[in-house]
Amino acid sequence: MDMALFIQLTLTGLTNGVILALAALGFVLIYKSSDVINFAQGEFLLIGAYMTYAMIAQVGLVWPLGVLVTLLLAIGLGIIVERFVLRPLIGEPIISVIMVTIGLSSVMQAVVNAIWGPYGQNFPPFIPSEPISILGATINADRLWATAIAVILLAFFTYFFRLSKEGIAMRAVADDQQASLSMGISVKKIFAWAWSIAAVTAAIAGALLANIVGVRGELASFGLRVFPVVILGGLDSIPGAVIGGLIIGLLETYTGGYIGNGLNQVVPFIVLILILMVRPYGLFGKEIIERV
Amino acid sequence: MESGIFHTTYPADMALRRTYAQKIRLAIFLLFMLVFPLFANRYYLTLANQVGIAVIGAIGLNILVGFTGQISLGQGGFLAVGAYTSGILTARFGVPWYASVLIACVVTSLVGTIFGIPSLRLKGLYLAIATLAAQVIILWVVTHWNAVTGGVDALVVPNPTLAGLRLNTDFRFYWIIWGLAGLTALATINLFRTHYGRAFIAIRDQDIAAEVMGIDIFRYKLLSFAISSFFVGLAGALIANYRNIVTWERFTTDVSVTYLAMIIIGGLGSVSGSFFGATFMTLLPAFLSNLGRLLRSNIPAIDTLIPYVQQAAFGLIIILFLIFEPEGLRKIWDDIKDYFRLWPFSY
Repeated sequence: MDMALFIQLTLTGLTNGVILALAALGFVLIYKSSDVINFAQGEFLLIGAYMTYAMIAQVGLVWPLGVLVTLLLAIGLGIIVERFVLRPLIGEPIISVIMVTIGLSSVMQAVVNAIWGPYGQNFPPFIPSEPISILGATINADRLWATAIAVILLAFFTYFFRLSKEGIAMRAVADDQQASLSMGISVKKIFAWAWSIAAVTAAIAGALLANIVGVRGELASFGLRVFPVVILGGLDSIPGAVIGGLIIGLLETYTGGYIGNGLNQVVPFIVLILILMVRPYGLFGKEIIERV
Repeated sequence: MESGIFHTTYPADMALRRTYAQKIRLAIFLLFMLVFPLFANRYYLTLANQVGIAVIGAIGLNILVGFTGQISLGQGGFLAVGAYTSGILTARFGVPWYASVLIACVVTSLVGTIFGIPSLRLKGLYLAIATLAAQVIILWVVTHWNAVTGGVDALVVPNPTLAGLRLNTDFRFYWIIWGLAGLTALATINLFRTHYGRAFIAIRDQDIAAEVMGIDIFRYKLLSFAISSFFVGLAGALIANYRNIVTWERFTTDVSVTYLAMIIIGGLGSVSGSFFGATFMTLLPAFLSNLGRLLRSNIPAIDTLIPYVQQAAFGLIIILFLIFEPEGLRKIWDDIKDYFRLWPFSY
């Protein structure tokens, strides 16, 4: 076995995995607090990437300010989406909730395409991206930066859900809305929180991805690619999103590197079906899934 | 169930069309469908054929999603199985097109049953994700199995012939497509008057209660996948023979979503709903692009915007229907009928 290739693939896979985990994080947050599966996660990421692009390259803000404005806009977007699209559907059957997020993704994609056009944009990298060599393998510095930022975020949210008052309230709402209402938790406020946090994490992931692969419509495909990650890790588990992301990231690069033939696009989904058959709640999810 | 209608015999109660108004509406509809192609130009015939194929596919999906309650995001993949099976058999092996269409239905039915197996353990959300995976896997196989499907290249299917007549015009194909659409609708309406159909509905409403009442859930769920995929395969095979060309772009996840949107906007668990939804979702993009063409002289930038307007309208309509009329167009249609039946005393 070629050791250099192995290290190269492992490093690329791990950094890919971290980005996948970051994309999956918003997804897990929404599911964890409102039991909604967000098929528009990829589009939140896309909008995050394009807004960062607009703020830095088009408006001409310095990058910390640009990113800050993007994050504020993302919070607003999350709240608007929750208030006007998701809230009327509380208590509706699951197919309606799935479809409404799919409809949302279509609208968001159309808006992005109408404003910025269908072609990718050149993004002025604001994170240093020169190649660095580690153990004989080369990797771009921006990937390492993305990894560091992702690790910080993931650690923060794990802490947030374990220990902070708001995090515990969000878990309570996910568990039993009625009981949380009677304990004085505002379920509406929690949902608004969840969506804005999810939009913010997606915007961060989008900004990082914009730096690594450029701003383009294909970023929305992350919305599909997070499914194997979250199912493997467990839909309601943040550590699960991390581990799932790393495993799927490695799996994708190993199959892509050693076997090829585009197999890396489909292997995660085969894993997904196997996991669903054997262990539908994933590696770290709560075992409350209803079996038939 | 209509209000204000009372039957005194069982045959009258069990009839498909129970009132004069229903019979007259059906007669008008059939007459319209028969006369329409004689007067319509080629553009409208093409649209009508697209609607017909969509109706067959939507009825198939509705059997599974609307009647049995199993969410499927794999419609595009199953359409691809039908289209490629029929296309390959006709183009490469010279199988007569009607035989290849029938084989395609059976093959799709089998594939649908295989991907339905996870439904034995999963429901709701998890089943939706599993069928989404089925869609991705089928599409990957289609684009990478070069020896059989030709990969990403288009598969050319010869024009079908019937009784020495080449079915190469929209006018000739209209009769085939709408004949089959009519048969599909009739078969589905009658399916839900048999104990199989009632079992599907029982599983949708309360699966545990259905099992207690002696319905073998495993068997009937798989049966529902099989019947549903049979019609979806028919729609796929018709796409192949009608278009004369099969490419993988026609069967992406977006197609699965469009079909789901059709049955939700039309009305879940209703054959007429599938018809309304398929018509609406097929005509909407055509209507928007015509509108754009009309406005071209006023707003020059409109040409580049049309695709995005179509996409946004697609999403907005799904959202608005789910929020304001979750039961779909069929409910609106029923409300209109009720209004006039009870007029002037409707409340």
